[in-house]
Amino acid sequence: MIANYGYKDGSGEYYISIDTDKCIDCAAERACLTACPKQMFEIIEDDYDDQVAWIKKPNCRTLAYDCADCKPSSGYTSLPCITACTPGAIKHSW
Amino acid sequence: MNTETTAPTAPEKKEFWRWQENVWFDETKDWKTAKIVTCGIDVGSVSSQAVLVVDGELYGFNSMRTGNNSPDSATNALAGIMDKCGMKQEDIHFVVGTGYGRVNVPFADKAITEIACHARGANYMGGNGVRTILDMGGQDCKAIHCDEKGKVTNFLMNDKCAAGTGRGMEVISDLMQIPIAELGPRSFDIDSDVEAVSSVCVVFAKSEALGLLKAGYTKNKVIAAYCQAMAERVVSLLERIGVEEGFFITGGIAKNPGVVKRIEKLLGIKAMETKVDSQIAGALGAALFGYTLASKKAAAAAAA
Repeated sequence: MIANYGYKDGSGEYYISIDTDKCIDCAAERACLTACPKQMFEIIEDDYDDQVAWIKKPNCRTLAYDCADCKPSSGYTSLPCITACTPGAIKHSW
Repeated sequence: MNTETTAPTAPEKKEFWRWQENVWFDETKDWKTAKIVTCGIDVGSVSSQAVLVVDGELYGFNSMRTGNNSPDSATNALAGIMDKCGMKQEDIHFVVGTGYGRVNVPFADKAITEIACHARGANYMGGNGVRTILDMGGQDCKAIHCDEKGKVTNFLMNDKCAAGTGRGMEVISDLMQIPIAELGPRSFDIDSDVEAVSSVCVVFAKSEALGLLKAGYTKNKVIAAYCQAMAERVVSLLERIGVEEGFFITGGIAKNPGVVKRIEKLLGIKAMETKVDSQIAGALGAALFGYTLASKKAAAAAAA
């Protein structure tokens, strides 16, 4: 399942997509949890009883601001969450 | 001199936004002979539904406005349908809560997100050909892809703003002083197509609508402009995950042809039709999940 967390507003689309099929048996030992400086990721049991990562609810509405520190304009050449997720389950839409 | 004077009373305020609440149950079925009775409770931000499923088939539902607290709304929604068909809470084998108030359903055995429940409910209502679901809820909007079993494969939700939601339509209904059920048909009663209102925000759309009225637009034209804006808004959400054949709309806005027809025109596909109230999809899906879980429980108990 592709789970898209985030929003669209007048300034653009801000979604983090998580491919939960790659997330269930995480080969990166849930590295996303510690890689995100804002600790936005959390492991939950989804509706189909699988242990997967999601974005914490309050962050879903403030992604543009929460992720700003990790974007290229702040000096990062690659996003920490995407780099840490070696199975390639995480994507940003912006 | 004894003269009685009475202060003038304000005229009763009409609530144009108030949509029709519904209670229904299938009189051809007898729940007393059923093996498993399950219930789904969807406590949404605007409406609450209780759906009863008997042996995996829809039996009855109650759809009403959400009150000021989730537990009471859940209790009242269930009481409404139980009273109608002479059922008691102990007759129900499994209850699943869903919607934004799902964790506050006091008698629920399990809580499941509305995303999974809407997919399951749409699969029941529209058949296993349903692949893309648009849920236009009271205060959020969801685009969902599912497989032939109603299992979610891709979803996107926007609950940051009320644009493209039922609440937005209620605001316009009150502003125009036209009952909400009439908005859709009236949006077609115009002499030429109109541009969508430019704002995606309900607050600004309201002020823009007022501006259009002052500029000489008829009410019907303003409603048409708002329906078009709402359609464009949700279509942009849908396009993010892609639209596949087997398109189904759930939620209260599915009853508004002014929005539905415009969405169909923008997407170039027709939404699937159903005889079941589109607003109960989430609660129906919850009750069907309940049926699966109760069946598993019963099978495990029989094997032990």
